[in-house]
Amino acid sequence: MSSVVGEITPQPAATEIATGARGYWSTVARRLSRDPVSVICAVILAAILASAIFAPWLGLADPYQGSMIRRLRVVGTPHYPLGTDELGRDMLARLIYGGRLSLLTGILPVCLAFITGTSLGIVAGYAGGKINTAVMRTIDVFYAFPSVLLAIAISGALGAGIVNSIVSLTIVFIPQITRVAESVTIAVRNRDFIDAARASGAGPLTIMRVHVLGNVLGPIFVYATGLVSVSMILASGLSFLGLGTRPPEPEWGLMLNTLRTAIYANPVVAALPGAMIFAVSICFNLLSDGLRSAMNIRD
Amino acid sequence: MLVYIIRRVAYVVPIVICVALVCFLLVHLAPGDPLVAVLPADASQELAAQLRAAYGFDRPLPVQFGLWIWKVAHGDLGTSIATGRPVLSEVTRAVGNTVMLACAAATIGFSLGLFLGLVAGYFRDTWIDKVAAAIASTGLSVPYYWLGIVLVIIFSAQLNWLPAVGAGPGGSNAWSWDWAHLRYLVLPAITAAAVPMGIVTRTVRALTADILSQDFVEALRAKGLRERQVFRHVVRNAAPTALAVMGLQLGYMLGGSILTETVFSWPGTGLLLNSAIFQRDLPLLQGTILVLALFFVFLNLLVDVVQAAIDPRIARS
Amino acid sequence: MGTRGHLLEPIVDRGGAAQPLLTVQGLTKHFPVRGGLFTQRKTVRAVDDVSFVVHKGETVGIVGESGCGKSTTARLLMHLIDRDLGDILYDGMAVGADLSLRELRRGMQMVFQDSYASLNPRLTLEDSIAFGPKVHGLADRPARVLARELLDKVGLRPEVFAGRYPHEISGGQRQRVNIARALALSPRLVILDEAVSALDKSVEAQVLNLLAELKREFGLTYIFISHDLDVVRYISDRVLVMYLGEVVELGPVERLWETPAHPYTRALLAAMPSMDPDRRTESAPLAGDPPNPIDPPAACRFHTRCPFAEPICGTVAPRLATLGADGHQVACHLSTPGSGHSRAPSELARKG
Repeated sequence: MSSVVGEITPQPAATEIATGARGYWSTVARRLSRDPVSVICAVILAAILASAIFAPWLGLADPYQGSMIRRLRVVGTPHYPLGTDELGRDMLARLIYGGRLSLLTGILPVCLAFITGTSLGIVAGYAGGKINTAVMRTIDVFYAFPSVLLAIAISGALGAGIVNSIVSLTIVFIPQITRVAESVTIAVRNRDFIDAARASGAGPLTIMRVHVLGNVLGPIFVYATGLVSVSMILASGLSFLGLGTRPPEPEWGLMLNTLRTAIYANPVVAALPGAMIFAVSICFNLLSDGLRSAMNIRD
Repeated sequence: MLVYIIRRVAYVVPIVICVALVCFLLVHLAPGDPLVAVLPADASQELAAQLRAAYGFDRPLPVQFGLWIWKVAHGDLGTSIATGRPVLSEVTRAVGNTVMLACAAATIGFSLGLFLGLVAGYFRDTWIDKVAAAIASTGLSVPYYWLGIVLVIIFSAQLNWLPAVGAGPGGSNAWSWDWAHLRYLVLPAITAAAVPMGIVTRTVRALTADILSQDFVEALRAKGLRERQVFRHVVRNAAPTALAVMGLQLGYMLGGSILTETVFSWPGTGLLLNSAIFQRDLPLLQGTILVLALFFVFLNLLVDVVQAAIDPRIARS
Repeated sequence: MGTRGHLLEPIVDRGGAAQPLLTVQGLTKHFPVRGGLFTQRKTVRAVDDVSFVVHKGETVGIVGESGCGKSTTARLLMHLIDRDLGDILYDGMAVGADLSLRELRRGMQMVFQDSYASLNPRLTLEDSIAFGPKVHGLADRPARVLARELLDKVGLRPEVFAGRYPHEISGGQRQRVNIARALALSPRLVILDEAVSALDKSVEAQVLNLLAELKREFGLTYIFISHDLDVVRYISDRVLVMYLGEVVELGPVERLWETPAHPYTRALLAAMPSMDPDRRTESAPLAGDPPNPIDPPAACRFHTRCPFAEPICGTVAPRLATLGADGHQVACHLSTPGSGHSRAPSELARKG
């Protein structure tokens, strides 16, 4: 044995030696934490998310309690730091409470589509042949619709409501994620380690779970993060059209719609809900870019 | 090449049939009675049955689909329940306005995107690149209906420079190419241009940076070619992908105009769709969606064929 | 388990020493190639009617230019791709009938050429090695102990390497991990598909030494696929020469090197740089690239490049024929008495 132990190892990068072996995701997280833009976006998102979740404990005014006397107060009014809306309700409270439904309807469809689309895409990509053809040709039909049109068509047919809005957006995003998952799976499937795994007697499900999933999750995750940005805009857009949340629930898209009457009287307050959608959307977008470069994905 | 085009065209046939099926199912699997919009609340059973028979809603679904697609193939998209006019004529009237808006938005979005993308790609990793990337990300992430409202607040409510809603004096039927009408197009076009601007900037930036970092550009420069000629090479190599992306974006603008048109009450297909949804005018909803989707399918086909024509590598793969 | 430690028991030797470990009969694989709209469908005849046996404990080398079907043969033997025709018997047992595919996996493993692509980049080395045994029912803990033991066997200190990822180690170390992974199921046959070809010469020698030691320690049988004739000669007992999907010559390594019978084998050997001036042959090395396997030449596939080609070579396909008692076989009209080739030995000479 001694004759073979003395092999000279090319020295990996110094940092690699110092930190020892690192998993893929911890490497990605470390690289991401060195990107100031990503960190700022993550902090903003965490703050918005946390305030939405813990809204009842923040000592805010009642987001449903209006008053005809104090309608459309400007930003900076005492007791109403962000003014009041067209029914005299506190904007700060409504914006923070509004995050609950807006974030839910924006993020949940992508999560659902991520689970479904990843599974479909991996199976289609790994199995190939007829299964692949069946899945991917079905996907093609959905690609024949612009995504906004598809979302509105499904929502319009199903009728207004939060659940319908989530369902329609999930249906819109499944094909997109499936396509990404399928293409990265095909790239992975042709690598030798998949053959090695097959040669060790593992079944397709085990191989997909152990060897394919870990290698495709990164790119799909990046794509899905970017999709949340689109999903936020679409979900609030559906509410804006009257196809999502119904009054008096606070939700950014719906608030933007009802405040349209106030664009002459109180333009800053009228624009605030849209600014929230914008903030969340751009943070997810930039975070997706940061993740992409942290994972070294070329597009 | 020819083989590729034939294959690509042949592939459109099943897609078109499936798209029609989706449009059909969308409406027929939707909850609620499709006649709810026309029936008076106290309608008798006979009246309901009569109307149901008149619209063909009493037949089994496959038969309804067959009849419907037969009529569609002959240019009959049915009758709008709300207005009583043929769906096709409603859609054709609106399509012109949507196309006009999409083309205006494309002009703004694409020219800005091409410019920003080229500049960013040329000056990669400099502050210019970062500014362009920030503009692109903003265009992609901004809820454009909100952008429209902000534009209205600034340019209509505050400055009173441009009109907030509508398509000009005389409504949707009296368009003419003068400033009195064109000024109505400005804000909707900018609103609809945000997303395509972002996408085109990103695409062109990546393409330009990629081409400039390739060996053959180094070789061209080493051969003493002037930057102008290098630029020509960049354009020639980036054109197929950039054109494809722009074609697709044009399709998205045509099909996804509902939010912009709603904000500005622009009398296009989007506004039509909006009213169809809220009046539960299902034939109109179905017909509009079908027309828009078919538009999109054929635009995609056109993009693929043009792309293959200018870049033979695509047809071969 | 004695000296085997935590290693799995190899599957039982049923046939005894006389039974070949692997019998390959008429193995054939054609890949369809998609033609244009108006052109006919074509096929790549990647492997065509290949037959050979591998005896227990020996190392059989397979040589040939790239594209000659060596790797396809390996994947066919591993049942990674389905064959069109032919029989593969493992220890006298047909897969699917006497032996399940799963059992075959235990008995036969493979090491791939690309050491990086053949390891899952998201798994630690330990996890990669432990995967196979876990698939075959070993619990997580003992599978890890086994993996560490194997790392030690291939000369990698487990405490240093077990938790590392493939990108953190060198090519030679990766190939050791791949060998350990192949051994984790205690196979009796290991196919080494260009397993050392991508390595530096010095590292290659160390890995070859390791392979020799492991063979002795575990009583392994190797099929060693390579385009590097020096390496094949060093490690093999018998050699199979392939050309465009067919076996053109096979025999004991020394016999082949001393008296190569097929013009292709001679050309391959002549193309090798030799240190010994006496051994340099006069015959011309191979000219040109091998013909396209999509449309291989008729009859003898080598006749387009063969210096001794005659009309007969383009019309009648030569069959593998035995030359001597040591199992030396060649498929060439030159060596077949009565073949019709002007230089063929006469029928009389054969009888006498």
